[in-house]
Amino acid sequence: MLVIAALICGLIFGWGLLISEMVQPAKVLAFLDIFGAWDPSLAVVMIAALVVSVPGFRLAKRRERPILATQSVWPAKMGIDRPLMIGSALFGIGWGLVGLCPGPALENLATLSPSVIAFVVAMTGGMTLHDFWPKRRPMIRQEETLVTAVDG
Amino acid sequence: MANFTPVSAAIGGALIGLSAALLMLLTGRIAGISGIFGGCLGFGIHDKAWRSAFIAGLILAPLTASWVGYAMPSPQMPANWVIIIAAGLLVGFGSRLGGGCTSGHGICGIARLSARSIAATTIFMFMAIVVVAVTRHLLAG
Repeated sequence: MLVIAALICGLIFGWGLLISEMVQPAKVLAFLDIFGAWDPSLAVVMIAALVVSVPGFRLAKRRERPILATQSVWPAKMGIDRPLMIGSALFGIGWGLVGLCPGPALENLATLSPSVIAFVVAMTGGMTLHDFWPKRRPMIRQEETLVTAVDG
Repeated sequence: MANFTPVSAAIGGALIGLSAALLMLLTGRIAGISGIFGGCLGFGIHDKAWRSAFIAGLILAPLTASWVGYAMPSPQMPANWVIIIAAGLLVGFGSRLGGGCTSGHGICGIARLSARSIAATTIFMFMAIVVVAVTRHLLAG
């Protein structure tokens, strides 16, 4: 059941990106291009998403446990730290260069575009590189990962 | 604002929000694509099944949409392979280091009113706007 629910959620997410045209890197870049022919569509996508997700998350918070699993995994990290800031800045640079973030990049694999495949391979490489990056404080890091989940 | 498409943006955005809300209500998980996909890659992670199913749904969405006559546009990508590879590496590494991407921080995190996610979204939006301004107007100008 969990797998079917996740599949359906993935499909709905994909339809959302498709209908809002956020699968098209040019559409995303047009939003980021505030000094050019600015297209505010992405802001409308985010606001509409929040209008639905905020009450949904409130409802989920109030429940003791999710419908199909034993417990909810809420992100537990607090505070704005250096990895968050550096990581987000690097992510923003990459996003601005091509106009692809992980969701639209993966969905665009359906087009079998060689440049999208190259982007996803590089993105996977970047993620793997991070996960195998030597940690300076391995003991503390290990404890951290036991009690916290990533933000998203 | 010649290409502003508020209606399709609102419908699509609502669907993205619905997906995030449903995933949390049903499975208790955050719909952050970099987190879900990153978890598929890691060793020693035992919940790969639902993660892979979500990603499969995402990739299958254009196929199911084509059954009802909704065509997937072909993506406009840069011609320069170095830029594509560099951007992919930055997006992958940055989203993992920063703990999330546009979906995890930008939608789920802001919906939870997480200070971390609001900061992350502000930073990556700002950096992306700067990069586009530099590449489109400063360098090309």
